Amino acid sequence: MSKQYETVIGLEVHVELATKTKIFCGCSTAFGAGPNTQTCPVCTGMPGSLPVLNKQVLEYAIAVGLATNCDITRYAKFDRKNYFYPDNPQNYQISQLYLPICRNGGVEIETEEGGVKIVGIHEIHMEEDAGKLIHDEWEDCSLVDYNRSGVPLIEIVSEPDMRSAEEVIAYLEKLRLIIQYLGASDCKLQEGSMRADVNLSVREAGAAEYGVRTEMKNLNSFKAIARAIAGETERQIDLIESGEKVVQETRRWDDVKGESYAMRSKEDAQDYRYFPDPDLVPIRVSDEMLEAIRQKQPEFRGDKMRRYKEEFDIPDYDIQIITQSKHMADLFESAVVLGAEPKKVSNWLMGETLRLMKEKEVEAEDLRFSPENLARLIRLVDAKAINSSVAKEVFEVMFAENVNPEQYVEEKGLKTVTDEGALRKTVEEVIAANPQSVADYRGGKEKAIGFLVGQTMKAMKGKADPGAVNQMLRDLL
Amino acid sequence: MANIISDETIEYVGILAKLELSGQQKEQAKKDMGRMLDYIDKLSELDTADVEPMSHVFPVQNVFREDVVTNGDTREQLLANAPEEKDGMFMVPKTF
Amino acid sequence: MSITEMTAASLAVAIREGKTTAVEAAEAMLARIEEKDKELNCYVTVDKEGALRQAAKVQEKIEKGELTGPLAGVPVALKDNLCTAGLLTTCASRILYNFVPTYTAEAVINLQKAGAVILGKTNMDEFAMGSTTETSAYGVTRNPHNTDHVPGGSSGGSAAAVAAGECFYALGSDTGGSIRQPASYCGVVGMKPTYGTVSRYGLVAYGSSLDQIGPLTKDVRDCAVVLETLASHDDKDSTSLVREDTDFTSALVEDVKGLRIGIPNDYLGEGLDEEVKAAVLKAAGVLEEKGAAVERFDLSLVEYAIPAYYTIAAAEASSNLERFDGIKYGYRTKEYAGLHNMYKKSRSEGFGEEVKRRIMLGSFVLSSGYYDAYYLKALRVKALIKKAFDEAFAKYDMILGPVAPTTAPKLGESLADPLKMYLGDIYTIAVNLAGLPGISVPCGQDSKGLPIGMQLIGDCFQEKKLLRAAYTYEQYEKNSRNADIHRMG
Repeated sequence: MSKQYETVIGLEVHVELATKTKIFCGCSTAFGAGPNTQTCPVCTGMPGSLPVLNKQVLEYAIAVGLATNCDITRYAKFDRKNYFYPDNPQNYQISQLYLPICRNGGVEIETEEGGVKIVGIHEIHMEEDAGKLIHDEWEDCSLVDYNRSGVPLIEIVSEPDMRSAEEVIAYLEKLRLIIQYLGASDCKLQEGSMRADVNLSVREAGAAEYGVRTEMKNLNSFKAIARAIAGETERQIDLIESGEKVVQETRRWDDVKGESYAMRSKEDAQDYRYFPDPDLVPIRVSDEMLEAIRQKQPEFRGDKMRRYKEEFDIPDYDIQIITQSKHMADLFESAVVLGAEPKKVSNWLMGETLRLMKEKEVEAEDLRFSPENLARLIRLVDAKAINSSVAKEVFEVMFAENVNPEQYVEEKGLKTVTDEGALRKTVEEVIAANPQSVADYRGGKEKAIGFLVGQTMKAMKGKADPGAVNQMLRDLL
Repeated sequence: MANIISDETIEYVGILAKLELSGQQKEQAKKDMGRMLDYIDKLSELDTADVEPMSHVFPVQNVFREDVVTNGDTREQLLANAPEEKDGMFMVPKTF
Repeated sequence: MSITEMTAASLAVAIREGKTTAVEAAEAMLARIEEKDKELNCYVTVDKEGALRQAAKVQEKIEKGELTGPLAGVPVALKDNLCTAGLLTTCASRILYNFVPTYTAEAVINLQKAGAVILGKTNMDEFAMGSTTETSAYGVTRNPHNTDHVPGGSSGGSAAAVAAGECFYALGSDTGGSIRQPASYCGVVGMKPTYGTVSRYGLVAYGSSLDQIGPLTKDVRDCAVVLETLASHDDKDSTSLVREDTDFTSALVEDVKGLRIGIPNDYLGEGLDEEVKAAVLKAAGVLEEKGAAVERFDLSLVEYAIPAYYTIAAAEASSNLERFDGIKYGYRTKEYAGLHNMYKKSRSEGFGEEVKRRIMLGSFVLSSGYYDAYYLKALRVKALIKKAFDEAFAKYDMILGPVAPTTAPKLGESLADPLKMYLGDIYTIAVNLAGLPGISVPCGQDSKGLPIGMQLIGDCFQEKKLLRAAYTYEQYEKNSRNADIHRMG
């Protein structure tokens, strides 16, 4: 009979911070610029250039540390990690090894069984991102773009506390929420602003010692992470079962092939010769600095959910969904502050917004419509200036382009016709044109009125209040 | 000579430092490094158990810059020094 | 007196008073370089056109009254590890044979703002690693006092250029004595300021925690004037200090009364040339005669400075020089098989022997399993050395001693035995470890006619005390020389 194994997982999560400039120079971090147009002597490793720390990077790192219950290191330093690679212009990366900014934290996650578990955070350190390597198909060479070189990262190193892909994803979701709430990053796996390396080992169930672990890189989605965990668990168990040994190494996951391969080479000694960077001075985190950052911490999701429950009469499920994204929660609250009824705002978010997000593959953080416009739309419906189907049409445009619904309705002439004479004229025409339905209705078929309402709405190009149409039809018949 | 540098060590240091030495250079490097390490070993005469390593002589701390963009596009100048370039990027031997 | 023999400060006065112009000064100096430099090889690059263009511009500003400073219009030579926008910067290495920076070192910008005219870039030991300027990829520089001898190093080109009258003053960099030692060998004044006084931005790093830029000048007044112009706080250099006391020229007074000067016995012991010793002690006698209290003391730990230094400097250098990889600038090997072979060949062909030696040592002392035993140990010893100086400066205003154990050696004598060459740094190196200021002042010649230098070392931020003592000594020597001439006349 085969043995029972337990998978032990720790994560190294890299998060790109949402600063305007790079960690050690005044170059922009904006996306989409032409290659090497956002570079300077510092982030391209020119001789004689020197780094100076971006204060916002430190503040974000500390904020994340506080939000994940870490101890903040009061005397922190930067170290150089030495290795040669073309995307690393100095051939050393400025990082933190000996005195990282945060240590000994942890976050709560919900387990599959519905329980709660703490995933420990070993440390969080600040470091610089590398440039981008592009393979040139034509000349059999690679090309380097240093626009991303020097973009600030924090690396969040967990304890080996996770036991399944579900727990890993719950942990990542939790980190993502915290960091998004802080505004420290948008945390997008696909775009690489959040990257997770998986450290994984297996051991016989009940064993006290950990097995030999491997580190897996290049995981660009939750699905890829789940597949890589399954694949690596199986690979390690197979090795053990067949009497072979797991080698401690870094492996690259190929999600298309569904397998990983070792990244080692003879020229890659994995001996980084860390030492304190003499070009940067130590960081002393004072009580005042810490308190100022603490004061600026936002209301996190748990508190927000509790408050929503107290303040707003909306279902728990809605609260769950809305607070799952800081951006959506902000939308909700702002629209309410602007006077919209909470329940109605929630309905728009839970209904049309979620439907369109799914249909158009838009993430909550990327919703473009403003709370002002959502509040305006709700006001238009409340005032019966437009009916609900027109409102949905307008919302779709708002969702895509954040148009002002008042202006849009005006320009496109979508307002409900309130002129009773015009409505009466149309209703009379519909009655005249549909003698059979009229006869049915008069003969006691209630349902026939629905058809007539529909015909009237059609004739009015939707710009009528269906209730008013219904009433008028009944009056006239 | 107390420090005997092996061929493996010199080979390994060559990988770390990305330097390639000919046979004769290697022998000289082994000798030079061994002698220097013998000399550096003199430091072990000092008891430093209670001494903190000193990276910076002065207690300068907390030197920061504000998060403000100060640099523009200087790609053309940047690439002017590149041994090989293409499409606004540095050309390097294949890395994939 | 030929214009090229003037000091920087007196030339600036002459230009300001309309007795000559910046253009005339630059032309005269370029002619002098033309005449002398074939033999001495002080320069890697002479920027003739650029110098004349700058001189014309500066002269115009002086005439308009826009430039009134004490260096306005004075031509300068820069060590070739200081980045200059648009002007070749090689660090005397093959690996940077074609590197033209897009930015200028902050220290050089400070000079330019003060109206300096850059003549060119001076020769040096490759990446400032060496004590003779013989490790340059662009040929040796010869000592103007005797061309069979080295000028010292690593700022040998700068020191020789000042001594030969091929510039009015020069900048060097000092990581373990690289300004003071060549100044001593060439008979000029050279100063390494307190670490952090002059911005390192744009100085191609050797040992980042030890490197400082400083002046090489014809006399102490020029030294103070240049340092006053160089010193500034720079937001681009995190290790740059904010100092309010950089009015160094205010220290140019003849007064050493009450100054307490300590001479370490450790600096007069085995290995010190007798003639050097005699000259240095004679200079100390002058200061004593002028009212300073001079005594001998034991500094301790002197023999540990060199091994600590070479560990730290090599470690930092091994990392600092990783960026030279044949990708972004400089030399790339012609033929290679793949990325790592390209790295190895470019670097092995691009770097000279001494540089490779230090990179390998540095990589080794930082490597897994050795970091604590070597690198951290050296940082602990550094702390002890700093403490030893702190104790000395509790008793003395400054430390006096030789700059180097001997006068300039003959060309070709030093490189055969690197360790022996390293030992020549024994009196200068601890100053860098402790971040202290030090000045080298000429104090005579040996029987072969080679210059001897006296070194004054101060506590951090005490440059003014050093300048005051150096100035007092220099004025005394000048006056007694004039008196001799007068007597003989």
